Amino acid sequence: MSVVTTTARQDTGGTNTKTLNRIVIYGLLALFALFYLMPLFVMLVTSFKTMDEIQNGNMLSLPRAPTFEPWLKAWGETCVGLTCAGIKGYFWNSIKMVVPAVLISTLLGALNGYVLTKWRFRGHTLVFGLMLFACFIPFQSVLLPMATILGSLGRFGVTLQNATGLTFGLGNPTVNLVFVHVVYGLGFTTLFFRNYYEAFPTELIKAAQVDGASFFQIFRRIMLPNSMPIFVVTVIYQFTNIWNDFLFASAYAGTGDSMPMTVALNNVVNTSTGVVEYNVNMAAAMIAALPTLLVYVLAGRYFVRGLMAGAVKG
Amino acid sequence: MSTVAETSMTLTPEHDSRPSASVRSRLQDALPKIVLAPSFAATIVFVYGFILWTIYLSFTNSKTFPSYAITGPRAYQRLWRWTFESDPPSSWYTSITNMGIFGFLYIFICLALGLFLAILLDQKIRGEGMLRPIYLYPMALSFIVTGVAWKWFLDPGLGLEQTLHQWGWTSFHFDWIKNKDFVIYTVVIAGVWQASGFIMAMFLAGLRGIDGEIMKAAQIDGATTFQLYRRIVIPLLRPVFLSAFIVLAHLAIKSYDLVVALTSGGPGGSAWLPSNFMYEYTFKRNEMAVGSASAVIMLMTITAIIVPYLYSELREKPR
Repeated sequence: MSVVTTTARQDTGGTNTKTLNRIVIYGLLALFALFYLMPLFVMLVTSFKTMDEIQNGNMLSLPRAPTFEPWLKAWGETCVGLTCAGIKGYFWNSIKMVVPAVLISTLLGALNGYVLTKWRFRGHTLVFGLMLFACFIPFQSVLLPMATILGSLGRFGVTLQNATGLTFGLGNPTVNLVFVHVVYGLGFTTLFFRNYYEAFPTELIKAAQVDGASFFQIFRRIMLPNSMPIFVVTVIYQFTNIWNDFLFASAYAGTGDSMPMTVALNNVVNTSTGVVEYNVNMAAAMIAALPTLLVYVLAGRYFVRGLMAGAVKG
Repeated sequence: MSTVAETSMTLTPEHDSRPSASVRSRLQDALPKIVLAPSFAATIVFVYGFILWTIYLSFTNSKTFPSYAITGPRAYQRLWRWTFESDPPSSWYTSITNMGIFGFLYIFICLALGLFLAILLDQKIRGEGMLRPIYLYPMALSFIVTGVAWKWFLDPGLGLEQTLHQWGWTSFHFDWIKNKDFVIYTVVIAGVWQASGFIMAMFLAGLRGIDGEIMKAAQIDGATTFQLYRRIVIPLLRPVFLSAFIVLAHLAIKSYDLVVALTSGGPGGSAWLPSNFMYEYTFKRNEMAVGSASAVIMLMTITAIIVPYLYSELREKPR
C-alpha cells in the first residue's frame, strides 16, 4: 500500500478538521434518518388530521387538533369494495391466517433442521439444497398450478359438504392461505434451524442416545430448550413475511370477506368512488402496519438477525 | 432472502444403522426420514412439480382455463416478438425494459448507499443504536402499507410538489409518478428506500468483522481514511458485496407489490415489471400460456443467479 500523506498533516489538521468531519458525518446520518422516517411520519400525522386540515395545510405539519375519528372510521366504517364495515374483519382474517401458518411452519422447520444436522443420511445436502432453492423462486412460477389445485379442492369441499355436512376446511380461503404459506415458508424455517443446530454439539446427542433417549425425547428435552433464540428469529421472520404478503393473498383470497389485511388495504386506498379520505386511508395503513411495527420495535434485533441469517459470512 | 452460512458434509451417516430384527427399532431408525418426508415431499410437489406444470402450460394454448394439449412454443414466440416491439411498446417490452432500469438502479444505489451509510455509522457514532433501527424499519413493513404514504408524497397535487409550492418554491415541478416515461424511477426511489437499510446492516456487520489490527497497521503507515477504505476495507468486503448482490437481484426480480401499491401499474401499464405482466396476463387478460411463459423466464433468470451461488455455498469447504 502506498503511503502518500505525511503524519504531519494529520497532526496540524488538528481538532478543527476533526470537528468539521464529525459535523458532516452526523449531518448526513440525520438527513438519511429523515429520509427513512418521512413516509411513516406523513402517515402518522395525516391519520390524526381532519380532511379540512389536509386540504388546506402542509403535509409535514403536525395536526392542529388531533382527532381519532379517522382511526375509528378506518376500523369500523370505511368501505372495502362494496362492503362498508371497516377493516376490522380483514385484520382478524390476517390474524387467523398468520398464527397457524407461523406455528406450523416454525415447528416443521425445527424438526427438519434437527434431522438435517443430527440424523444425517446419504443425500442430506441435496435434500437441503432443493428445499433451500425453494426460498428463491419467484412465486409467479407456482401461482397458477396452486390456484388450479386450490380450486379443485374447493369443489371437492362442496361435494364433501353435500355428502357429510362438513368441508374440512377445503375451499376456505384462510385455510388455503395457511397451507400456501406453510409450504412456501418451509425453506426459510428449515434454513434457520439447520444453520442454528449445525453449531449445536453433536456429542450431547450421542450421549443421550447412549442413555437410550429416543428421537423425539432428544428433540424435546435437549434441542427445544436450547433453541429459544432461533425460535424467536424464525417466528418474527415468518410473522412479518406472512402478514405482509400480497401476491398470494390477492391471487387466492383477492375478493370477498376472507381477504387478508394487505389486500383489503389496497382496496381501501384504490377505491375511486367519492371523495378520497386520505386521513382514513393513512389510519387504515397504520392499523395494517401496527402488528409488524410492534414486533419490530420490541424485537428488531431478532428480526435483523433473521434477515441476515447466514447472508454475511464471517 | 437468506443464504446458507456453512455446511460440513459428512458422507457417512452420523448414526450407524445396525441391522436389527425388531420392527420397532427399524422404525426408530427410519424415524428421522419419516419426520422429514412430509416437508420434502411438499417441496418436491408444490415447488418443483408446480414449476414443471407451469412450464407445461407455457407450451399449450391455455387462455382463461388451462388446456392440456401441447401446441408448441407459441407463447415464447409471442414474447420474443414483443421483445422488439418498441413503438408503440408492447406490455412485455415495457416490462423487461423496466426490469433492466429498475434492476440496475435498485441494485447499484442500494449497494452504494448501503455501503456509504455503513461506513458513516462505523465511525464510532453516538446514537448508533437509535439510527440503525430507523434505517432498517422499512424492511419490516409491507410496501402495500408504506406505498400509501409514498404515493401521496409523490403525487404532484398533494405531496412534495405541493409542499414546496407552499414554502415558496413555486417553479418546482415533480410529476414522475404520472409520467409514463418516468414512473419506473419512482419505483426505484421507493425500492431503494425499502431495502437500502438492510444492505447497510449487511455491510455494517461485514465492517465489524474486519480485523482492527489491519486497520491500525495501515493507519500507522500513514494511509488516509479514504485510502484505508478504498484499498483495504472495500476489497475485504467482497463476500458481503456478493451476498448483497444476490439478495438484491432476487428481490428485484420478485418485486411486485411495490409497483401495485405505488402506481397501480402506472399510466397504461407503464410501470409494469415482469411479475406484474405475469399476474395481469394470467388472471386478468386470460392469456394463461403467455403468463406462464413469462413466469418461466423470470424463474430462469433467478436460477441463473442463484444456482451457482448456492452450489458454491453448499459444496464442501476446506476448514
